[in-house]
Amino acid sequence: MLEQQRTDIASARTPIDPRSVIGWGVDADPANDPTYPYRDRSKDEGLTKDWQRPAQQGSDVEILQSIEHIRRPAVFGTSTPPSGLSGMIRRLAFRWSESNWIHWLLLMGADRINVVEGIGQDLARAKVPNIPGEMGAKAEWEHNKKGLATKIAVTAGIGLVAYMLFSRRGSDEPKPRVVKLSSGQE
Amino acid sequence: MLAMDYRGPYRVRVEEKPMPKIEHPRDAIVKVTRSCICGSDLHLYHGMVPDTRVGQTFGHEFCGIVEEVGSAVENLKAGDHVLVPFNIACGQCHFCKQGLFGNCHESNPQATAVAGIYGYSHTAGGYDGGQAEYVRVPYADFGPQIVPDWMDPDDAVLLTDVVPTGYQAAEMGGIQKGDTVLVLGAGPVGLLAARSAWLFGAGRVIVVDHVDYRLEFARTYCPAEVYNYKELDDLVVFMKKTTDGLGVDVAIDAVGGDAKGNFLQTLFGNKLKLEAGNAIPLHWAINSVKKGGVVSIVGVYGPTGNMVPMGNVVNKGLTIRANQAAVKRHLPKLIEHVKEGRLNPKGIITHKVPLEDIADAYHMFSAKLDGCIKPVLVPSH
Repeated sequence: MLEQQRTDIASARTPIDPRSVIGWGVDADPANDPTYPYRDRSKDEGLTKDWQRPAQQGSDVEILQSIEHIRRPAVFGTSTPPSGLSGMIRRLAFRWSESNWIHWLLLMGADRINVVEGIGQDLARAKVPNIPGEMGAKAEWEHNKKGLATKIAVTAGIGLVAYMLFSRRGSDEPKPRVVKLSSGQE
Repeated sequence: MLAMDYRGPYRVRVEEKPMPKIEHPRDAIVKVTRSCICGSDLHLYHGMVPDTRVGQTFGHEFCGIVEEVGSAVENLKAGDHVLVPFNIACGQCHFCKQGLFGNCHESNPQATAVAGIYGYSHTAGGYDGGQAEYVRVPYADFGPQIVPDWMDPDDAVLLTDVVPTGYQAAEMGGIQKGDTVLVLGAGPVGLLAARSAWLFGAGRVIVVDHVDYRLEFARTYCPAEVYNYKELDDLVVFMKKTTDGLGVDVAIDAVGGDAKGNFLQTLFGNKLKLEAGNAIPLHWAINSVKKGGVVSIVGVYGPTGNMVPMGNVVNKGLTIRANQAAVKRHLPKLIEHVKEGRLNPKGIITHKVPLEDIADAYHMFSAKLDGCIKPVLVPSH
């Protein structure tokens, strides 16, 4: 019984010779090509990985690779290799395929951590990032003074409210009471 | 050399970086003379594309002068003026052989769904881009196109992406003479898609956006009928009414994931990033096109997923066609169109900005300040 099942599974995985199928190809219509004109199907040589490959780029830089690739593409970018905590998360993300949401969510999470790391790298180089400048404050000043004023007012307002809440919470905290002990209680 | 430096969402600056090097025999180093900020760069700038690393240089629309070539590059030499397609394509893999240069299988280790793209995150190969004084160009013996002597560099730089993408959007629509074509988005790609729709014989071209100055531009540049969806109760109902209740023949999504126009899509797609961007243009395209019609998508979305009405796609018998533009395939025809005056790419350039002022250029483009439609960066060298 087990031997029969094994034989059935093996035959189910054997490619079928199309010519053995009754009616094979009788309705084939080369004009029925929804990929025209952006794909030249006359150059389709079937499912093969054996095209004449470009020379393989070498590199000392760490390259993360999709597990959907069966081999490394011949060229790649060497910008900003993974590093730090964000790099660890990126390496983890590449355990999953591109079809798995966790792959992308981990990468998005790593991107956010990387922003904090970037500020840390700046400070480590004794460089204080000019964040308003990086966000185009000059253009905002030149072309949208009203918007800039609104943003400053909103930011200041939120800051003020946060400060007041923080101060209030601080004042609500019970203060240690000083109790004078009478001499008899000592 | 000076180069753009990504620091996080909504934060970019110019930094002194090492010169790029030849890393493969088919590489070239190009001295950049023009580099655009693309609408799809804004997806990176807004933090919407996974694996966008701090320190990367963006920029996939650029042209320049060949500075150095690798040992295997025989068709280019130092001093040649080239425009460089945004797709990094080998020209010989399974997909390139079929003309699918936006789908090369030999240029992106990090993902199989997309070819390598200059300066477009590690999801598109981890290459530094052309918003810099110099850039490494892989497969330089295949991709770059020598700019004809008669061509203005401002036209040339727009042939690297925006013009071919707009043109392919119209091509994928399978537009027949007399067709009514709806273009969603009056950004640079939408403008060129609408302009190209006429070249394919459209009988009526409608452009929809929510930014009035862009619609006004589209009205004369394309030219096209223009509508601000904020002034319509329901865009889809309006499209049906204006097409005898049937719907348009072809709908083109030239917006992508940074769209506006629907609270839930904005919340899930743009703010919480639980979708691969705001998919309202796809909704509108699917629901505005007539039964049996065609939806052509060139708007850029992230790699996860989007909420779109697939049931309507099936029930209406729609054909959906989409791709990154295969720039190399289109260039001979597009250069001819520019030469003959049928296309005027540089007409969409509204701002030329020194590379040093890149933060302001990004903000101006993103926030749609000062009537910005297409900013071009010019390195000072």
